[in-house]
Parts: sequence; C-alpha cells; structure tokens
Amino acid sequence: MEDREKLNRLRWRCTRRAMLEMDLLLGEFLETIYPTLDPAQANAFVALADREDLELWPLINGSQQCTDPIEAEVVALLRNVRVK
Amino acid sequence: MTTQTIPVRKFDAVIVGAGGSGLRAAIQLSEAGLKTAVLSKVFPTRSHTVAAQGGVSASLGNSEEDHWHWHMYDTVKGSDWLGDQDAIEYMCRMAPEVVVELEHFGMPFDRTDEGKIYQRPFGGHMSNFGEKPVRRACAAADRTGHAMLHALYQRNVRANTQFFVEWMALDLIRDQTGQVLGVIALEMETGDVVAFHAKATVFACGGAGRIFYSSTNAFINTGDGLGMAARAGIALEDMEFWQFHPTGVAGAGVLITEGVRGEGGILRNSTNERFMERYAPNAKDLASRDVVSRAMVTEINEGRGCGPNKDFVLLDITHLDPATIMKRLPGIREISIQFAGIDPIKAPIPVVPTCHYQMGGVPTNYKGQVVGDDHSPVPGFYAAGEVACASVHGANRLGTNSLLDLLVFGKSSGDTVIADIRAGKIGLQPLPDDFADRTLARLNRLDHQTGGSDVSETRLELQRTMQKHCGVFRFKDMLVEGVAKILDIEKAVAVTQIKDKSKVWNTARVEALELDNLIEVAKATMVSAEARKESRGAHVRDDAPDTPANPNGRDDVNWHKHTLWHRDGNRLSYKPVIMKPLSVETIALKTRSY
Repeated sequence: MEDREKLNRLRWRCTRRAMLEMDLLLGEFLETIYPTLDPAQANAFVALADREDLELWPLINGSQQCTDPIEAEVVALLRNVRVK
Repeated sequence: MTTQTIPVRKFDAVIVGAGGSGLRAAIQLSEAGLKTAVLSKVFPTRSHTVAAQGGVSASLGNSEEDHWHWHMYDTVKGSDWLGDQDAIEYMCRMAPEVVVELEHFGMPFDRTDEGKIYQRPFGGHMSNFGEKPVRRACAAADRTGHAMLHALYQRNVRANTQFFVEWMALDLIRDQTGQVLGVIALEMETGDVVAFHAKATVFACGGAGRIFYSSTNAFINTGDGLGMAARAGIALEDMEFWQFHPTGVAGAGVLITEGVRGEGGILRNSTNERFMERYAPNAKDLASRDVVSRAMVTEINEGRGCGPNKDFVLLDITHLDPATIMKRLPGIREISIQFAGIDPIKAPIPVVPTCHYQMGGVPTNYKGQVVGDDHSPVPGFYAAGEVACASVHGANRLGTNSLLDLLVFGKSSGDTVIADIRAGKIGLQPLPDDFADRTLARLNRLDHQTGGSDVSETRLELQRTMQKHCGVFRFKDMLVEGVAKILDIEKAVAVTQIKDKSKVWNTARVEALELDNLIEVAKATMVSAEARKESRGAHVRDDAPDTPANPNGRDDVNWHKHTLWHRDGNRLSYKPVIMKPLSVETIALKTRSY
C-alpha cells in the first residue's frame, strides 16, 4: 500500500470513531503532531488508533496508565492536543 | 464501469449499519439460517451506539413496582403526543423481553444485591401514569452502549453473520414496482463498487446529527440511510424534530453534563449577567433542558452572546473551590481544557445548545417495515434505530428509549424479514437493467467535476446555516430565509469537486458522498420546520408561544399529524398520528407538563 493510501486509511480510522471526542482529538493529532513523530512513535500511534474509544479515553484523561514507554510518550502528546 | 459490469453479490438479507439495531437485526436473521451481510463504514464496535451511556429502559420492576403501560404513558407524553401509540405500546411491552435476552447474550448489567438487573431513576420515568419517579433504567455503569455492542457483536460472530467493514452504502436498488432489491456499495480499501442483491434490505445506519454545526454526534452520523431513502423516492417523516442539549462546548460540540450546573455552575451572557434568573426565577440554571436552551438562544439573538461573533454564552464555575472542581468534575475540566482551550478553574467555558438526537427518519411501522404515505409497506425494505421513525419518539425522545428502540425494532425488523421471506412475499427479483446508472453517474460526475465547490467548505456552510436558521429555538423569518439558503447550498453540493481521483482509500470521495446525504437531511429538516406553524416537543417557534388556547404553543387542531418530506419537488404531505394502541385504550391528548 502506498504512503498516501496508508495515511488516508489512518485518517478515516481517526475521524470516524464512536465518540465525537475521539474524532476531534485524533483528527487534530493526525494533522498537527503525527507528521513530527519518529517511526516508533508513529507505529505506537497507529496501534493506539486501532483501540476502541473507551479503552483509549482513560489513557488520555489519565485515569489509566500506559505500560509501554513509547505508547506513554504518544499518549502524553495526545493529552496535550488542543482542538481548534 | 457500467451497470452491466458491476459485480453482484447475492444475499437473503443485507443490513446497512452495524450499530445496535443492525447487530440486533442480524442476530435474528443469521440465527434463522438466512445468508446475511452487514455493511458498515467502521468496525461494528466503533459505531456511535457506544456514546449512549445512560441506559436502556424496561419495566422489569426489579427495584419497585413498574408496568409497561406506565412506560408507554411516559413515552407518549414525552413525544408530546406525536408518537404512534401502536408502536409505543409494542416497544414498551417488548422492553422486558429484549433486555433479558440481551442479558442472556452476555450483557454485563449492573446488579442488585440479589443478583437482579439494577435499575436507576431517569428523567421522565414515572410510575402510575405520571405520579412519581420510578427506577426503570438498566445500565452497565456508564458504558451501556459499548457493552451492548460487544454483547451483540459476539452473538453475531457465533451466528456467522458476514461483515463488510469499511464499506459505504451509496444507493438503494428499486425496481419498477417499487420493491427494494438491495444496495450499491463502495469498498474503501479498493474503491470497488459492488451491488448487494438481496431479498430484504434493512437500514440500521443511524442518524444525521452532523447537519448541525454544533452537534454531540460523532463524525460518522451523516444520514447516509436518509439520503439513500430520499433519493430512492421514500419520503422522510417528522424531520423537523431534533433533540438538543443546552451545554455543548462552543465549536466542538462535546457535551458538558448537567452535573456541572448541579454543582453550582452558572450561565452568563456578555454583560456577565446570570441571565437564567430572568427566565426561570426559581430553578434558574437548573431549569429543564428546553427552557435553558431557549434562554441561551434568546440571549445570543438579542446580541448578548460572548466572543468575537457573539455566538455563545459562558458556563462559569470559577467561583467554586478548585478542590471541589478537581474532586467532583475532573473529567469536565479535562474536556474543557482539550476542547475549549480553557481551564474552568480560571475562566468560564463557552457553550451553546447542541444537537443530540434525531426523532424523525425513514417511516416504519412497529414491525420494522418501511411504509409509504398510506402506511402500506414498501416490499423488501425495513429499518430500525435512529434512521427510522416508527414513530416512538414523536416530537421528543424520552431518555433511555434510544437503546430500547435499537433492541426492539432491530429484533422486530429481523423477525418480519424472516416471516416475509417464508411467506413468499419477497424474493430475489431480477435487477433492472439500469439499476446502478444513477449511482455511477454520481460517481462519474465527482471524478470529472471541474470549477466546482470545496467539500469541507460547503459542509461547513450547510452546518452553520442549519444551526443559525433551524436550531433549538426557531423564528419564522429565519426559517423562510433558511429554506432559500439551504436550496442555494444544494446547488454547491451538486458540483462538489475533489482533487484526489484515486480509487484506493480515497477519503475525499467518501466525504463528498456523505455530503450528498447531509444535504437531503438538511432540506427535509428546514422545509418541514418552516411549514409546521406550531410548537411541539423539540420544535419550538417564537411565533407559536404558550397561550391559554394553545398551551406550550401546541396546536392540535391543525398540527396533530406527521410530516412527510418528499425529495421530488421538495414538497410536504401529512399523515395522521396513530392514536389507537394495540391492546389498551388510547392515551388521550393533553397538555404536556412536568
């Protein structure tokens, strides 16, 4: 799959989610922060985006902690997203 | 590609949408041995049903005495007497059965000490025909919708339902007699267009809350089922009725729960005035949702809104002790920081009334059959959930009845498909020679459009127009102007242009196709709302105020009827509300007050 196709698939999975909160957060992250990630962080984000909203939300709001250090870095970046 | 070269896949039934109603219908069909396809834009457990947290109602009577007839009364009253009483009786009678069934599918309901399903009170749930509150809502913590989807999905896996994930249905297939023969759909991963030829087509693809600028609905809710039905000549029912929540974060739409005002939050206008004291001197900021929403819109319309465009008001909790905010409202603080860029300990949160739920939809009966203007079924076509209008919610939905609607009518539509196939009423009729021509023309137009309009700009204009002209509080002149504006926007939608012409994972194309559906819903909503010259339930007009002759602005003499919007000619017709229940006495019209 080409890079454009992979990015579009990721865009769809970031912006067509169960909860509006996640559409907004992941969509904003994809446009603003994702292009600045290193490959390991980018992979961690793709894996996070594959998780369900009610698994992801507790990580973002801090009520649950990540076990993987790279995942924790990405979640910290997600937590700092400010939706415009 | 031409209609003759489109791949055709054959099924007994095709279901569009894999949220609660689609999954519930699929269980009936697959377990009956029917070859069933379920199409969804997303993986099933990512459907918007997840966002329903409150619970599902059923008169189980586990905590105190309850009866389906009391539930029925509450639902009729909630609907402001616009709900069809046969469908409401059916739903409320079926509720205990479908909830217990769901429990047997593995739904992890909260429990009482004796091990029964725990039930909690909820707004509008009363015993003995409106006498006092009753515990009727069954929940799985604050994850009821999520838990429900998982239970239903697992059951479908067991039943061998065939899922087509990340597929978008584009159009209905109908023959010359009007029978529905399936759908044409687009696979996003390949860009392939495929016909799903089926004996029965079930729409379970949710609402269209994204027609409004401020909406609590996830981006997925683009009214695809409504657009497809309208293009296929099916009228849309009662589309003027949308439920709004008073406090969504301005711009983002994310909900700020009523609990914030419960903890002492105050609504303020641009002069820093606590304006609710003027509108509801006793309840103030804790007045009912509709009263608070109307007051907010009045402040904005009279120029006392906040911000550069004066288009929101403020929800202030800065007077509360920061320790209280951190302890009682930590989630809200997080939401405010992320979605409004404001720490509510230091500054007030910008809020506006926000679209939450669609009461209208594709007209159905309580069996889940889609019906025409005269209540007669459209052969081969069924619908359930938010896309459908049974009509159980009428002019206003009672809390927790949305999840119940999914279960009851998901199941009943499945049962009716099975019965209709076994009785030989529907079968795999031949596809007409031109069955995909209009869909292919639409795709072809999009691929070759030059000098056209931008999809996201046009969508934004549509959403802002709906919010401004057809929001929670409606004004005659604004509605008239809104109809003209939305018809102008329709012209822009007809010439949308995309830069990316590729096939594989072309999300620009999919978004343009979603906009084709949003515009149909926007037209239906605006035109239906402009025409209905009364206030009823969630449709509240400034020129239809509360008077002794018409309490709450409701005009039963002229407007106790369902609206039907027809895409062809952008015209309206009306049909009577079904006042005769299945087995009990009619719940007679009376003024709705709480």
